[in-house]
Amino acid sequence: MATVQASMAGIVLRVLVQPGDRVEAGQDVVVLESMKMEVPIPAEGAGVVAEVLVNEGDFVNEGDDLVRLES
Amino acid sequence: MFRKVLIANRGEIARRILRTCRRLGIATVAVYSDADEKALHVREADEAVRIGEAPVAKSYLNIEAILRAAEETGAEAIHPGYGLLSENADFARAAMERGIRFIGPSPEAIAAMGSKVAARETVKRAGVPVVPGSEGAVASVDEAARIAAEIGYPVMLKASYGGGGIGMQVVHSEEELRKAFASNSARAKAYFGNGEMFLEKRVQRPRHVEIQVLCDGHGHGVYLWERECSIQRRHQKVVEEAPSPFVDEALRRDMGEAALAICRAIGYENAGTLEFLVDEEKHFYFLEMNTRLQVEHPVTEMITGLDLVEWQLRIAAGEPLGFEQGDIRRDGHAIECRVYAEDPERMLPSPGTIARMVLPEGEGIRNDVGVEAGSEITPFYDPMIGKLIAHGRDRAEAIARMKQALDAYVIEGIRSNLPLLRAIVASDRFAAGDTTTDFLESWGKR
Repeated sequence: MATVQASMAGIVLRVLVQPGDRVEAGQDVVVLESMKMEVPIPAEGAGVVAEVLVNEGDFVNEGDDLVRLES
Repeated sequence: MFRKVLIANRGEIARRILRTCRRLGIATVAVYSDADEKALHVREADEAVRIGEAPVAKSYLNIEAILRAAEETGAEAIHPGYGLLSENADFARAAMERGIRFIGPSPEAIAAMGSKVAARETVKRAGVPVVPGSEGAVASVDEAARIAAEIGYPVMLKASYGGGGIGMQVVHSEEELRKAFASNSARAKAYFGNGEMFLEKRVQRPRHVEIQVLCDGHGHGVYLWERECSIQRRHQKVVEEAPSPFVDEALRRDMGEAALAICRAIGYENAGTLEFLVDEEKHFYFLEMNTRLQVEHPVTEMITGLDLVEWQLRIAAGEPLGFEQGDIRRDGHAIECRVYAEDPERMLPSPGTIARMVLPEGEGIRNDVGVEAGSEITPFYDPMIGKLIAHGRDRAEAIARMKQALDAYVIEGIRSNLPLLRAIVASDRFAAGDTTTDFLESWGKR
């Protein structure tokens, strides 16, 4: 089990995956907006999306879990 | 002159405006969001009014809350600063209708320059050259592809109502164009409420040179020379200077006269900036007009000795300029570095709390900052934490002073672009004045 975490504080602009989606290592799963800039957040490893833990418009802090992956 | 002014902004620019108001004996009202309750601009103002929650849409862009704050505190005028509501014609009009002076041009002049498509037409009629492109907005991605094929790649894809580089992208092929069109249009719609797009030919090895103007309400205008602002990342400026090392006297005069011709065409009043691209052969093309104070206005102040905020206030209060083009000084050289809270390698935002901050001091050094040690840099606002300006008798002295000041600048607790700024200012390419708009793109590739 792996989670994709926010690399910085920001607002969730877009969620790019749904439960059941297969993602590759390095694939963007969420786009955060911070300081007027869009920052894509990639999955570190490959897996299947088990759960999306945030909604568009949510505010997240650095280190918050965004997406849970099953390998 | 006004007795009390409300400043509808935050951070360094709110403090900058406060400073001039205080010098002129004008009382000040700050506004703030929940995230800025303890901010310096709030503490320094004579009065402060909370206008809403942290996201800008709920506070600094909340027209009704800001106008109510002005009415409740008896402010006679509103200074919008830059960004936020500064180029919002509806805000200027709403203030006017409620008997509050907007410190800036008329709503009509803002609107005339707010749509880039309409601005292009106005500028062409005033006899000033523009970059070849689609005459007006394109109706579809197919029309965009047809026009791009005609004028030749690379082309710039731009949102008609865009700003700050949002909704703007250079594309090198039809495939890239098709990809970029929908995403930029959607982004512009989300940000500016209008997804209209247009195309321009990409000028090769261009420089970004802009002309500062001051126009009073009595039909008199002057230009305060140029600023060279080519060093940008993601279409946001990083290092600016005045005068431009590339501009000669003839070009300076031609661009200044062109800038004033555009102002006359729209009945412009107050401070404004005309942005131009200048190509290798010193041809210049109008890009856009910023109908407000610019972030980089200090470099102009350093070489002219004029306080631009003071003149904005005087003009808004109905005073005539009282000086002629020939009276304006051009003394030495000034450079500004924008200090951003961002990772210098990846150029990504770095929010957090500033643990320690030491600002450089010295001959010819000016700091415009909105934060101090203990301040939190939040993700809600833009990443600029301050501007460092160095003035010298000539460009070499300004560079030497800037280098020293950057070395002495300390920010701890968050990452900043200070290492990048130091490297830019110390580079041979910067020393040679070889600053084209691809400066930082090619920087990363070395």
